Amino acid sequence: MERLILVRYGEIYLKGQNRPFFEKALMNNIKRVVEPFGQAKVFRAQGRIYVENIEVERGVLDRLSKVFGTIGINPAWKTDKDLDSVKAMVMTAMEDAIVKSAKESLTFKVESRRADKTFPLGSMDLSREMGAFILQNFPNLKVDVHNPDIRLNLEIREHAYAYHENIPGAGGMPVGTNGKTTLLLSGGIDSPVAGWMIAKRGVQLTAVHYHSFPYTSDKAKEKVIDLSRILTQYCGSIRLHVVPFTEIQQELYEKCPDGLLTILMRRFMMRIAEIIAKRDGAQALVTGESIGQVASQTLEALASTDDAVSLPVFRPLIGLDKTEIVDIAEKINTYETSILPYEDCCTVFVPRHPVTRPKLDKVRQAEALVDGEALIQRALEEVEIYDLN
Amino acid sequence: MKQQIYLDNAATTQVLPEVVDEVVRCLTQDFGNPSSLHRLGLQSERNMKNARNIIGELLQVPAEDIIFTSGGTESNNLAILGATRARRRYGNHCITTRIEHPSILNTFNYLEEEGWDVTYLSVDKNGVIHMEQLKGEIRDDTVLVSIAHVNNEIGSIQPLREIGLLLKNNYPNVIFHTDAVQSFGRLQIRPLEWGIDLLSASGHKIHAPKGVGALYIKKGTPLNTLQWGGGQELGIRNGTENLPGIVGFGRAAQWVHQAMNKDEEAISKMKIDLSKRIAQVLPEVVFNGPEPQNGAPHILNLSVPGVRGETLLHVLESHGVYVSTGSACSSRNVRTSHVLKAIGAPSDVAEGAIRLSLSYLNTQDELSLVPEILKKSVDQVKRFTRR
Repeated sequence: MERLILVRYGEIYLKGQNRPFFEKALMNNIKRVVEPFGQAKVFRAQGRIYVENIEVERGVLDRLSKVFGTIGINPAWKTDKDLDSVKAMVMTAMEDAIVKSAKESLTFKVESRRADKTFPLGSMDLSREMGAFILQNFPNLKVDVHNPDIRLNLEIREHAYAYHENIPGAGGMPVGTNGKTTLLLSGGIDSPVAGWMIAKRGVQLTAVHYHSFPYTSDKAKEKVIDLSRILTQYCGSIRLHVVPFTEIQQELYEKCPDGLLTILMRRFMMRIAEIIAKRDGAQALVTGESIGQVASQTLEALASTDDAVSLPVFRPLIGLDKTEIVDIAEKINTYETSILPYEDCCTVFVPRHPVTRPKLDKVRQAEALVDGEALIQRALEEVEIYDLN
Repeated sequence: MKQQIYLDNAATTQVLPEVVDEVVRCLTQDFGNPSSLHRLGLQSERNMKNARNIIGELLQVPAEDIIFTSGGTESNNLAILGATRARRRYGNHCITTRIEHPSILNTFNYLEEEGWDVTYLSVDKNGVIHMEQLKGEIRDDTVLVSIAHVNNEIGSIQPLREIGLLLKNNYPNVIFHTDAVQSFGRLQIRPLEWGIDLLSASGHKIHAPKGVGALYIKKGTPLNTLQWGGGQELGIRNGTENLPGIVGFGRAAQWVHQAMNKDEEAISKMKIDLSKRIAQVLPEVVFNGPEPQNGAPHILNLSVPGVRGETLLHVLESHGVYVSTGSACSSRNVRTSHVLKAIGAPSDVAEGAIRLSLSYLNTQDELSLVPEILKKSVDQVKRFTRR
């Protein structure tokens, strides 16, 4: 009897002629995830991925469940296709299920699938026989075919398999199958969620962070590196660019009208991100904006930031409420890091009365008061790059 | 590398090279368990005894009245919880101040949840308690008074001897604890002459490694253990002793003792001089807490009105000067220091407060650079203040 992990995948079934391409990407992402856990054997058969020769433990299961394109992860056992071996495997699986379940009185159900028709028992017979066998050996268990606590799955294929746990996968599509985008990552709650949502659709990420030392501390930068690391668990490697932004903020502050500072700042951020995106071979920008959340996220303000760049700008959170965003942040485990208090001390550069409905011509006029090209050039020369995975 | 001027010695200090050597020796050669009966165990026991003697000598108390802990926080917790547990049947009231370290305040908050009454004394604008108020608050059921010697943020010094005298003369059953983490090895302390029953000290504030501290327990002071085990440290602080830390602590204590004997005023002279020069180049500066010549030798807390402490800290950092702030700020709210609030500092002063804290390792030469760097940094920040 051996342990293994079955990985089931969903949406990529639908991709017709492209299916092998998607499956290959998913295989590669899974191989990358299991690599640190030893010499695992990863292969594909019958619409699922098998991870064999691996210690089946929390760490690897957790990492696998974060791979986009998966819909379920089953820690499983495999054995020979004779009845005695199958019984021994059923015992082991049931003991494991009982140990892991905290309830006092347990119910179970056996579900069987027989793909190998040479096996002497049919699916129904196998379920019935194993159910009786379990009742004999675990007298405290009861059968419940509608809503069992333990759902023991048996599959007879090239080997006999058993599993009782189904860990939900991350859904979405394998990262790397839908191009690359550049995420503007602030360190707040929203932007990591935005990045996660885009990556979920199979898109690779690079990230840009704007650092305003000494108005924001180096701890803020550490925090963004930590957030990027959390995101890499879902989408593989991320190249993070940390762009020094202090000079741009100071220049805007000294030369441009107060009320437009935020909007001008955001236009600079977008422009720099676009240059970095093109360098990285990314085809769009991603931000964590949602309509009306703050003054710089009114429709006019959003239009005015879009005006600064030619690449498409994706805002996956555009229609979400803060509470909905927080829910996702908690689910993907970025929330705790995002709310660490090293936010920013740069309220100096936040106007007391920001213009909420900026007129594009006014914004462009104000922007002409500084030498944007030179500022951007200087900022780009000082970029720090972190390759995270 | 750019010059680095470390002025955050109230937070922690650099470990001395001779201390590192002792610690390494304890990790690699004299690694025995002091409870072991063989030669290695005996050597460890000797090393530990030696460290205990040094600390005892520094405080002029019997060495056997010192127990080693994991640091200031543990010593404070052990003193407060241990003493109140031991005196549970004799009373229900403790006295402390509003400007204590969180390891004191939060421990008393916990006692309040358990049903104890706790009085928090206020302080004057210099951060010193009013003796009259203390006298008025002592009750028949008071069992413990805990007052820190030196405040960690503003460096105010409490009149420990006066307090001790008051307690021992009138209320001999009240246990007197002092958190001496900031003053140990920096100021002369005489627990026996000052009527102190319990005293907390920490290693890493005097150039020893982090993770080691001490609690002085005057003979006969009722104190319950909080942690049971093999009977180490008078059976009060059970658990295998942190020998490398303890030995390092001893060596560091010896070093600061010598430095104090050589020139007790060395640090305070540097600090007073620094404060004067800063006031010359930055006339608008406000010194928080006691006048520089009155406070603890190593702590200088100052504000430049209109300049946020954290921003200033980072600008100073970019010039190689390391300080700390009393109040951490974020874009949404400013968490003002409870100490600055207690001395009545206005909110803009409190938001601007930075703390410079010195050690014997600072030099007159490097400190002479600080006023100009501070001035330059303030100008840099002031150019961009919120409109």
